[in-house]
Amino acid sequence: MNTLTAYILRRLGQFVFVIFTGVTLAFLITNLSPVDPVEQSLTQLTSFGASDPRAVELMRESLAELYGLQGNLFEQYVNFWGRVLRADFGPSLSAFPTPVITLIANAAPWTIGLLVTSILITFVLGNLIGALAGYFRRSRFLKVLGMVIMTINPIPHYFIGLILLIFLGFVFPIFPISGGAQMNRPSGFDLGYVLSVLYHGFLPALSLVLAGLGGWFIGMRSLVSNVVTDDHVLYAELAGVKGRKIFSQYVARNAMLPQMTGLAMQLGQIFGGTVIVEFLFNYPGMGRLLIQGIYRGDYSLVLGVTTISIFAVAFAVLLIDILYPLIDPRVKLG
Amino acid sequence: MIESPERPVAASEDVLRVDDLRAYFIVGSYGVSREVRAVDGATLRVRRGEVYGLAGESGSGKTTLVKTLAGAVRPPLQVVGGSVRYEFGGREVDIYDPATDLSRLRWRHLSYIMQGSMSVLNPVRKVRHSFYDFAFPHMDLGRAAFWRAVEDHLRKLQLDPAILDSYPHQLSGGMRQRTTIALATVCHPEFIIADEPTTALDVIVQRDVLKMIKEVQRQQGSSIVFVTHDMSVHATIADRIGIVYAGRLVEEAPAEQLFEDPKHPYTVHLIGSLPRIGDDRPRESLTGRPPNLADPPPGCRFHPRCPLAIDKCKRETPPLEGPHGGSRVACWRAGEARIG
Amino acid sequence: MFKVIRDLLRYNREFLAGFTLTALVLVFAALHFWTPYPGYNLYLLPPDMPPSSEYWFGTTSRGQDVVWQLSEAVWNTMSFGLTVTILSRVIAISVGMVSGYLGGRTDRVLMSINDTFIALPNIPILLLVYFVLREQMTWPLLAVCAALLGWTYDSRLIRSVSLSLRTREFTRHGVFSGMSTWRILWKEHLPYVLPIIFFTAMNNLIWAISLEVTLSVLGFTDINRPTIGGMIYWANQHQAIISGIWWWIAFPILSIVILFLGLFMLAMSVNEYVDPRSRLDRMGGAA
Ligand SMILES: Nc1ncnc2c1ncn2[C@@H]1O[C@H](COP(=O)(O)OP(=O)(O)OP(=O)(O)O)[C@@H](O)[C@H]1O
Ligand code: SF4
Ligand SMILES: [Mg+2]
Repeated sequence: MNTLTAYILRRLGQFVFVIFTGVTLAFLITNLSPVDPVEQSLTQLTSFGASDPRAVELMRESLAELYGLQGNLFEQYVNFWGRVLRADFGPSLSAFPTPVITLIANAAPWTIGLLVTSILITFVLGNLIGALAGYFRRSRFLKVLGMVIMTINPIPHYFIGLILLIFLGFVFPIFPISGGAQMNRPSGFDLGYVLSVLYHGFLPALSLVLAGLGGWFIGMRSLVSNVVTDDHVLYAELAGVKGRKIFSQYVARNAMLPQMTGLAMQLGQIFGGTVIVEFLFNYPGMGRLLIQGIYRGDYSLVLGVTTISIFAVAFAVLLIDILYPLIDPRVKLG
Repeated sequence: MIESPERPVAASEDVLRVDDLRAYFIVGSYGVSREVRAVDGATLRVRRGEVYGLAGESGSGKTTLVKTLAGAVRPPLQVVGGSVRYEFGGREVDIYDPATDLSRLRWRHLSYIMQGSMSVLNPVRKVRHSFYDFAFPHMDLGRAAFWRAVEDHLRKLQLDPAILDSYPHQLSGGMRQRTTIALATVCHPEFIIADEPTTALDVIVQRDVLKMIKEVQRQQGSSIVFVTHDMSVHATIADRIGIVYAGRLVEEAPAEQLFEDPKHPYTVHLIGSLPRIGDDRPRESLTGRPPNLADPPPGCRFHPRCPLAIDKCKRETPPLEGPHGGSRVACWRAGEARIG
Repeated sequence: MFKVIRDLLRYNREFLAGFTLTALVLVFAALHFWTPYPGYNLYLLPPDMPPSSEYWFGTTSRGQDVVWQLSEAVWNTMSFGLTVTILSRVIAISVGMVSGYLGGRTDRVLMSINDTFIALPNIPILLLVYFVLREQMTWPLLAVCAALLGWTYDSRLIRSVSLSLRTREFTRHGVFSGMSTWRILWKEHLPYVLPIIFFTAMNNLIWAISLEVTLSVLGFTDINRPTIGGMIYWANQHQAIISGIWWWIAFPILSIVILFLGLFMLAMSVNEYVDPRSRLDRMGGAA
């Protein structure tokens, strides 16, 4: 078996392991908790109006079946897996009878769009500035820029978003503070709609970028300042290779590789940030769905979003891991 | 003087003149500052077509010395005094003269094979790129002609041009070492500095690499400064040998003479500890440790470990003087020590 | 240890700044022991007073004095963060050092578990836990959950240091002279790993606190226990931004920013102190 195949198989194994652990964890949390989701949902439903005890009893049975709470713990676990694999989380309580998976499917593109855009910008920008700062250690400008970035870095997503919201949404109302696109505008791929999406996505994306920039910056700066002392860089400098080329081909390129692995490790964390930002800007993605689900006591929705996000993050990690050998020859050809 | 009879051309013409060179690591951190005097007053000459060997124990400053010779000085290392002058194409260049553009001399005239040079090739790019980036600007050739010249060069050194399309990690240690030597010599430089190119290789591969260096030297007639702590390697390759102890040159002599008739007690120890056929008496080892170069002993730096040390040694630094029949020695009691 | 801190304070401006900022916030938090208001002090004072000489940071719409409210909030938030950090250090150090020291199969298994936890999105899982527990979700329980999720990056880092120590001379000496694994780890390796642990602890503290702040801003913790996030939660409930009660939000945010900046500078400067390469670099800069 060649190294590449072995590598990919190992990553796939890890992927399966993550999914298995995540789904099991979700199952255990919901099943071992003292709260009975059926009772909880019934309370919710009755508070919406239904009160006939016979109807409630009927409802209880169908809910118990829906939530897979019949049989012993192991049977429940197997049923849970069945539903997860069929992506069937039953109807949403708060948007009854729309299936949870439909809600998620509608929200997912927003989250994916927001995440992919902001991760790309953050990753490229953070690494570029970090690499420059690590290479041109004496540059005044980069030092100041670095200080600004690092000061913003530890501030939680929520606060960065809130500050942007206050200043660019209320004090200077330049950007919309809520929603994913202009209301009442039919979605489609016309220019107006796309612009409106970009306009609405600006502040959420900016929050994510500002919150994420520092991590890449710091990591890259220290990687680069280590790589520049490597023999191959010193040797290229001695040979009189042009500075620009040394920077891109001998330093930044090498330092990029650990950052790619870092990206895979950060995805779970980044997703968490999106949840908060989406909620803050009332952005119609999975994060807002999750938090609304909690506020409304929508058991299936919360469980559905959590499980799907475990899958999504694990899948994205797998994707990066599998693409990694393309940029690092040492894995590919071992 | 004893000269190798094969090389009468390697007469007295000096390519490299080093005078009173001093290079210190100047280190300051958290209120403590220290100077590591890794090269402390080196004066030496290297002749055209000669292999000049530098020997000495680990930490004695061999690498630092050749780094300064190669102009590869990076902080915290600083050249604090002395001069390094080469004579290339009839013109003298002082490499620490700010007006000198070193990068124009490199590869074509002066090549440096760093210690641990396995890692001088960029691990994430093909070997080909290193050849192109390093050598192409120094050769007045078109691309096609350049690659032809590179492949010719590799073949001459018994390397398969296919290595150009490998990544460094795909090559074995010996291959990588030979690739870097090929890379350093592709422009036929007049002066080559090779720092421990054979260390960390097994004996067979070591022989290949030595053969290769000799081959380069034979084909190109370059001068070579060859560093290794391994005296038996010096015996096979060096014309003259300089012995470094604690940042100072303590003896310098033509190779045969140095092995036959070492004059400095430290050299005597080095030669004496070489294994000899038919002689299995236990070797005496030196007592004590090599001195700390941040705070070297006064006088002769060898005195705490020297069996012949006298009072004067503790106070006065012996100058490197000669000739003692072709060699220069820095010792108040030069020639008194005996192997055995 | 003491000497290291003294040196850092004396020669490292970043460390000094971080130390000062952190100390400032801690002193402020400790002041709550002398609060003039008993308990949660709801509606004791005139609401919505802007900052003045009487109410330094103003009062909230719920009639609380922001200074004293914040002082206790910072204290509570800090305690949460420290609890998480200490608990997760125990896991990170054990996993990291054992994995690095033993290597081989153990290492592979532990790191696979480690990577699994890294790939799980924390926030959704914690939200799920909150969702099913609701009022039974006390802060110590939340701290345990956070600690169970928050050790993974650091154990990887500690592992890599430990891995490099394994081949060192003193380890081999220890093994030959029959020291037990635990003794070697404890006596010989821990001192080297300690600065890294400090570095990761500061980062973890930041992570834990921002987690707590985030969850309580959303109202997903015990909202009747004053915390920094909790204050903002109540400010949002009372539409503080719209009604212009900026001090209710600004001071909590300010306190968090100062605290994080302080912790972050401590972490960075210690990291620099232990990293030999950046030390070299600094010398180069001085030359
Ligand atoms: N970056 C540095 N900072 C401070 N001191 C240094 C540095 N690099 C080397 N030294 C010191 O300079 C002295 C000479 O080192 P050098 O590498 O030149 O020795 P060497 O003879 O080449 O040894 P080896 O055989 O191990 O290669 C040593 O005492 C070493 O401790
Ligand atoms: S000078 Fe004195 S101490 Fe130094 S080598 Fe000669 S005899 Fe020994
Ligand atoms: Mg050396």
